[in-house]
Amino acid sequence: MAAENRKIAFICSKGDIDMAYPALIMGWAALGNGIEVIIFFTFWGLDLVTKKRVDHLEIAPIANTSFKISMMGLPTGNLGIPSILGIIPGMTAFASWFLKKEIKKQGVPTVREYIEMLHDGGAKLYGCKMTVDMFGIKKDDFLPQVDAVVTASDFMDMTEGAEIIFI
Amino acid sequence: MLVDLTKVSFNEEGFMTNPNEWTKEIAVEIAKQEGIDPLTDDHWKIIDFCRQTGLASGKAPTMRQITTGTGISTKDLFALFPKGPAKKVAKISGLGKPEGCV
Repeated sequence: MAAENRKIAFICSKGDIDMAYPALIMGWAALGNGIEVIIFFTFWGLDLVTKKRVDHLEIAPIANTSFKISMMGLPTGNLGIPSILGIIPGMTAFASWFLKKEIKKQGVPTVREYIEMLHDGGAKLYGCKMTVDMFGIKKDDFLPQVDAVVTASDFMDMTEGAEIIFI
Repeated sequence: MLVDLTKVSFNEEGFMTNPNEWTKEIAVEIAKQEGIDPLTDDHWKIIDFCRQTGLASGKAPTMRQITTGTGISTKDLFALFPKGPAKKVAKISGLGKPEGCV
């Protein structure tokens, strides 16, 4: 299928650091290839476009079976962070700091920068009306790059013929 | 000067296979095929940057490298090379597909 006819829509439902990046990276790649991009933020995914939350996304090592100590450059192989350690206050902050540092080292922009880049590159960014109502989020709480708050039905209308990816 | 693109070698995706074959005249012709005509000073600023970094590293720069390297904003990059600047810039600059995700 020719790129100019392709349209791709991402539904971002998670606010953890590791769940924030896939849509941002793939959306950016899609724009670079001339593919139309729509991103719909719902539930915890709204953290990605909320002023108060966007710079404070986290990752919890607890119950995360992929978070291994070897990620920190230690030769520990498959040794994970035991859940009992994960409950220690500060572990989530530590893991989040660590992951953000590694992401930065790769030259990958922050989530806030990505949202700006996507918007400037022509992606459409929408908040989910039901979640916005439920959380009591105001228009002013959002980053200025958010185009509108729309209903699930609006989303279905605007994604006709699009490939849809749920994250 | 008229350029015959049939004498230039491209791969099946439309990227030039030999960056040393590239000339400014070829760039103008490829740009026309990509729907960009004429190439303005801002276009050339980006193409020159890609040629410099591309030839040095052997890879076409990513969009993020272009915007940070040239000071041209994301908005302007997409306005100058509409509908797929990553690939269009690489093609016009006679380089391969950009490697890297950002």
